[in-house]
Amino acid sequence: MALLQITEPGQSTTPHQHRLSVGIDLGTTHSLVATIRSGIADILPDSDGQCLLPSVVRYSKEAGIEVGDLAKAKAAVDPLNTIASVKRLMGRGLADVSHTANHLPYQFVDADVGMPRINTELGQVSPVEVSAEILKVLRDRAQEALGGELSGVVITVPAYFDDAQRQATRDAARLAGLSVLRLLNEPTAAAVAYGLEKGDEGIHVIYDLGGGTFDVSILQLNKGVFEVLATAGDSALGGDDMDQVIAEWLIEQAGLANKLEHKLLRTLIEQARSAKELLTLRSEVEIKIEYEQISWRGVLTREVFEGLVMALVQRTLLPCRRALKDASITLDEIKAVVMVGGATRVPLVRNTVGTFFECQPLVDLDPDKVVALGAARQADQLVGNNNSAAGLLLLDVTPLSLGIATMGGLVEKIIPRNTPIPVAKAQEFTTFKDGQTAMQLHAVQGERELVDDCRSLAQFVLHGIPAMVAGAAKIKVSFQVDADGLLSVSAEELSSGVQSRVQVKPSYGLTDDEITAMLRDSMAHAADDVASRLLKEQQMDAERLLESVQAALAMDGERLLEAREKELILQAMHNLSDNMTGDDHLHIKKLIATLNEVSTTFAARRMDSSMQAALKGHRVDEIDL
Amino acid sequence: MAITMSMAAADRVKSFLEARGHGVGVRLAVKTTGCSGMAYVLEFVNEIETDDSVFENQGVKVIVDAKSLLYLDGTELDYGREGLNEGFKFNNPNVKDTCGCGESFSI
Repeated sequence: MALLQITEPGQSTTPHQHRLSVGIDLGTTHSLVATIRSGIADILPDSDGQCLLPSVVRYSKEAGIEVGDLAKAKAAVDPLNTIASVKRLMGRGLADVSHTANHLPYQFVDADVGMPRINTELGQVSPVEVSAEILKVLRDRAQEALGGELSGVVITVPAYFDDAQRQATRDAARLAGLSVLRLLNEPTAAAVAYGLEKGDEGIHVIYDLGGGTFDVSILQLNKGVFEVLATAGDSALGGDDMDQVIAEWLIEQAGLANKLEHKLLRTLIEQARSAKELLTLRSEVEIKIEYEQISWRGVLTREVFEGLVMALVQRTLLPCRRALKDASITLDEIKAVVMVGGATRVPLVRNTVGTFFECQPLVDLDPDKVVALGAARQADQLVGNNNSAAGLLLLDVTPLSLGIATMGGLVEKIIPRNTPIPVAKAQEFTTFKDGQTAMQLHAVQGERELVDDCRSLAQFVLHGIPAMVAGAAKIKVSFQVDADGLLSVSAEELSSGVQSRVQVKPSYGLTDDEITAMLRDSMAHAADDVASRLLKEQQMDAERLLESVQAALAMDGERLLEAREKELILQAMHNLSDNMTGDDHLHIKKLIATLNEVSTTFAARRMDSSMQAALKGHRVDEIDL
Repeated sequence: MAITMSMAAADRVKSFLEARGHGVGVRLAVKTTGCSGMAYVLEFVNEIETDDSVFENQGVKVIVDAKSLLYLDGTELDYGREGLNEGFKFNNPNVKDTCGCGESFSI
């Protein structure tokens, strides 16, 4: 029978109407999926019990598309077709990624739309498609674990992601067949996982030290909205750097400097990583290196380890200071510090952070999982499974300011960042030349003052302005951001009423046609799957029905049925069982319906008879179901 | 009349209640719905009502209202895993038929 979860009083759902939802942490190095069960947020592991899915996808002729550990294992031997850290490419143009791209082994193709594509053995793929493959694996895992289709998901993104990067993430989800309830900022998700939104209003710091990146965010909780006051970080600093310095120490200690080859280095880094992890709980760890003729044995104490990584940990404090300054807050305003990312397990990191912020950091939740757990809580609320007073809905805010380019290449901000959406704001502009009849409008996104430093979103022209002296025309420019975060801009000349408007499509996202084409592709392949699934479902239904009617006949057939009725039922059963191995699911469905129909009276009689049995010895008013 | 609970189920209920922070136990009930007539309800309980029966198993209170008890008498609440899915199961001796998905049943 179906497995049930405990619900809040009065909120149990009708059978077949559970609203399944998950939260997804789509990370640079690994991704996770979590859900709420009986009121508790829980990570969904794969069939081997692994919670973390490496965010690596390999496209090869020999094995097709591989995701996760399988792909990661091939990264060294097949770097061109194995794509890791694709998150860094999301929503970026080729020009944006060129400085990173030089370090990446992939072959980029410059596409017309500006979105980079990567050449693989299976053809060109875009970062959006690569991300969609990762999401599909998590979707399948979730649907298997929850036993049904997902109603919606919440996906987390870094607080500093701009519109294009967010749109690319949405596109990836759409491509993976997921309905996105909301994109949630990663630091906000971490705060939600700890239930901070139910606590006091005030400032919260999220310190996120992952494998390869460091981010610190200052959040302000205000009337149920987490506003991002400031973010800072270092995109090339993380736990992997700690492993690197330990490995260097090992090389020095064991005198391996002139013996270094790729395989040995890999082994040393593995040993460094496990030593680092062991030192979280122990004060020293023994390390043995056995490699060809080399045999070395030594001890790494926590003290030495802390000396080695001290400089790295100190380096995280610089962005922390910058973020505090940007947010213009002082240390005593901070209500809580939340630790995120595997590297925050290192005691030195915890102590350093605690000392710096003068506040004991929150470490109760697994720092690798905390973002996904928070996303799951938000998803659960958004699909309406948890309407209790404690369930506060977080509002989305605009991640970056939206504005319009004015004369001289300056930006006039119309909707400031951190404004809760949906929102509409308008501002009046005027002409700057006598007799000017048209005006070019250029919508941009960003915090900088110069147009060139902001991201261009859209350009359009308002024609038909009556010729007037400079400064006499009144042009109202309205910015509107809907609940999905999509921006539309309109301009109207107030004296004549001429109008022009544009719906902003992020410059580096996919066009609707592209998305449609991709979805059509995936559907073409899916058609076969769907057909076989429909057939399978009908066959299972048929089997189930046959079994239960068989059992019912054996028990009550003689007692409740006339010979003619029984004959009809038996005939329908034969018909069904003879045809259920065929491949026409509609035919099987029809035969199931027939059997259901001829056995309805029988079922009703059995119900009556069992009700009478159940009623025996009870007063009627006890049973007013 | 009695309702029991397996060791595994009691452990899970205990930890879910602790995580929730309040509540006196777990309610088992049936409601009329679904494709086979009736469906189970499994909820946290904040307050015990007057017509409730309370069964204590391994330190955990199972609360059942008078109507539901007619259909649930002798039921054991169990907790189990099926593939990647995990959750509570009702082992109800009164059940004669369940629908395909097992979410609803008839007696």
